[in-house]
Amino acid sequence: MRIKWLENPNIDFMGKRRIAYLISGTLIVIGLISLLLRLTPLGSAIGLRQAWSIDFTGGRLVQIHVEAPIEEVRNATLKMGIRAEIQNVGMANEFLIKYKEDVEPDSLVKGLERILGKKVRLDRAEHVGPKIGAELREKAIILTVVGLIVILFYIWLRFDILFGIAATLALFHDVIITWGIHSLFGFETDMTVIAALLTLIGYSINDSIVVADRVREYLGRFRLVDVSPKDLERIFNDAINSTLSRTVITSFTTFVVVFILLLFGGPVLFNFAFILTIGVVVGTYSSIFVVSSLVLDWRLRGMKKKK
Amino acid sequence: MSGKYLWRLGLIVALFAGGIYLLMPTYKLLTMSESEKEKMGRQALFQLKKRALNLGLDIQGGMYIVLSVDKSKVKDPERLKDAADRVVEVIRNRVDQLGVFEPVIQKVGEDRVIVQLPGVVSKERARNIIGKTALLEFKLLADDKVFADFLKSVDDLLRKEKGAVADTSKAGPFTRLLIGYEGDVAVPEENWEKVDSILNLPEVKRLVPPGYEILWGRTVQTKDGKKVRKLFLVQKRTPLTGAHLVDASATLGQQQMAGQPVVHITFDRTGAVIFARITGENVGKRLAIVLDGVVQSAPRIQERIPTGNAQITGIPTLQEAQDLAAILRAGALPVPVKIEEERIVGPTLGADSIRRGMISLAIAFALVVLFMILYYRVAGVIAVIALFANLIFILDIMAMLNATLTMPGMAGLILTVGMAVDANVLIFERIREELRKGKSFRTALEVGYSNATRTILDANITTLLTAIVLMFLGVGPIRGFAIVLSIGILVNLFTSIVMTRWIFGYLIEDRKWQAVAI
Repeated sequence: MRIKWLENPNIDFMGKRRIAYLISGTLIVIGLISLLLRLTPLGSAIGLRQAWSIDFTGGRLVQIHVEAPIEEVRNATLKMGIRAEIQNVGMANEFLIKYKEDVEPDSLVKGLERILGKKVRLDRAEHVGPKIGAELREKAIILTVVGLIVILFYIWLRFDILFGIAATLALFHDVIITWGIHSLFGFETDMTVIAALLTLIGYSINDSIVVADRVREYLGRFRLVDVSPKDLERIFNDAINSTLSRTVITSFTTFVVVFILLLFGGPVLFNFAFILTIGVVVGTYSSIFVVSSLVLDWRLRGMKKKK
Repeated sequence: MSGKYLWRLGLIVALFAGGIYLLMPTYKLLTMSESEKEKMGRQALFQLKKRALNLGLDIQGGMYIVLSVDKSKVKDPERLKDAADRVVEVIRNRVDQLGVFEPVIQKVGEDRVIVQLPGVVSKERARNIIGKTALLEFKLLADDKVFADFLKSVDDLLRKEKGAVADTSKAGPFTRLLIGYEGDVAVPEENWEKVDSILNLPEVKRLVPPGYEILWGRTVQTKDGKKVRKLFLVQKRTPLTGAHLVDASATLGQQQMAGQPVVHITFDRTGAVIFARITGENVGKRLAIVLDGVVQSAPRIQERIPTGNAQITGIPTLQEAQDLAAILRAGALPVPVKIEEERIVGPTLGADSIRRGMISLAIAFALVVLFMILYYRVAGVIAVIALFANLIFILDIMAMLNATLTMPGMAGLILTVGMAVDANVLIFERIREELRKGKSFRTALEVGYSNATRTILDANITTLLTAIVLMFLGVGPIRGFAIVLSIGILVNLFTSIVMTRWIFGYLIEDRKWQAVAI
């Protein structure tokens, strides 16, 4: 099977890099605002629900199965003196109950059974002490920073510092936008979200490397002094165009995989699948537009200075 | 039929066969129903589970608990290090007695212990087994008159102070909160907090006779359904502890204790001597049996007991008595522990997760396979073979490394499928590119592989680097993901670069194909 427009594409990607900057800039601003409102005290000051999971804040989470409407479950917990946050997950009758009070899940279940007069099945219970919560938060930050530094160094080593910096910036771009959209919907950030974001970093860097590799290959045919700004722009375009079929096919298959995970994976894998479904799109876009555009602009500026 | 690639093809077939054979126990275990497992017998099931891939708690249900050693009780850092190790040892002993399959008990860092109990979902029970220090102490009770005097002095103090802690208008502001129960002083449930806060006042603490302390009894249900706890004044000195215990067993009591759970304990020789001396010297007095600072019972000493046998009564259920006997046998924890984090997954949710994970994996896999074959034809078939090999080998390596497959691990597996496809797409697209330039298939194959390999290596190494960062710094669920991803990347390099090349080689060199449809 052949897809015509992928055979010998000749799209002027670099000519559209101003538009790309505009789109990226807008998305980053939206992402940052969403993160600020959902994940910092700024949001709670204006009454927005914070989206950190108990992994990072400490607290209790209980998932139960009971044949009762959500209002009844909510009233029952209130009667027990628990100020809980209750969500319906997956199918009806499956509830996630989050609370801070020091009530054991066993006694919560017993209390609910007494008040509701129905059998309650305990499916999941998590309890994270405040100490561990703070530690996990710290670990998540270290994890992300160390991950990014390691990648920066590797690309610096294999390519050059310009690509290294551009690729790292693109990763920030991907993470901020994806994470921002995720929290914009009010979904919680837990440990799996951090893992998913790191996976996204790994995936997105793949894409950037494939393009960078091709740019380097084509640049090798010229001597750097001979390259005019026009040539340079053409080399970048050629590199992106000749890797385009690979980029599109890989992104497509990966997208299919994570999208199916999103549809059928169930609540446990939901966060992971959501981040990657959005991340694949953002990551593909950024490796075509962000990384190459930045490196091209920096090089062009370098040329001007030399003159 | 002979050729230089034939043995490589044979190797691939052998690897496939071996890989599938290794996964048979896992497949069998996953498809077996509960009743079939029952029929199989414990020993055979144990053997099967041992050969199968470990499934995480999130998949098969169970408990995950993080304990921290209470540092404040240990001054010497050397002893602290030792303490965590001994906590691990004691908890392992306890868990072993309960017959939990493949528990994981490990020390993390200086003062943390992680306990994983597959299949155990009763939190109260697990807490009794793991969280209890199980420090068993025998202490002599103060004379009734000493206790009565103390209670009166608390009354006097509160009356004098006219504090807000108790209503002082009537006589006995403190004793008013107490009731008599079975001849002992007890506190009804509604007054527990009040009494406790009064007893913790520094002025009240000063009234306790020197060498004595106040201890609470366990919660008991009175005949009219109320909950009460007794109060005791006991000597601080502990002449005998559970350290001298050699055996403990639970039964239902006889005669006047008929039907009530009893834990029988047996002391070692030194313990028996001490016990004989205490009982001999204090006939007529009462001896409190204290577990983790709570008085279990306080029987009156009838006579000297030379045999080194004692009984603990007042335990509500036989199961609790059995658990208590188990933890007493396993020994007390050297330091108190605190539960810092716990996660429980019920078996229903676990089964649901694995079903959903499997379905997603199957659908995603089927779509990718379909696409690859439609788009790359014969080459696509080769890539699909590599993809299957990739999945099988990852699971094999995990089984061999005794690693555990968790839900995040499942996600890692799905991601690996994506990465494996990417590697082959890179190669195939490069080959097509060379073919479009008019090169022969043989040359295009050479150039395609050599050029794409460099890119694939770069791409996979960066992902591997992030996976390694995750593995070293990550916690619980993330580590499971990182392990699968790391194994996946390494396997991927073999299956999608080396293995596919071998198959191409076999077709071109041995079978003399002019070209492979791509």
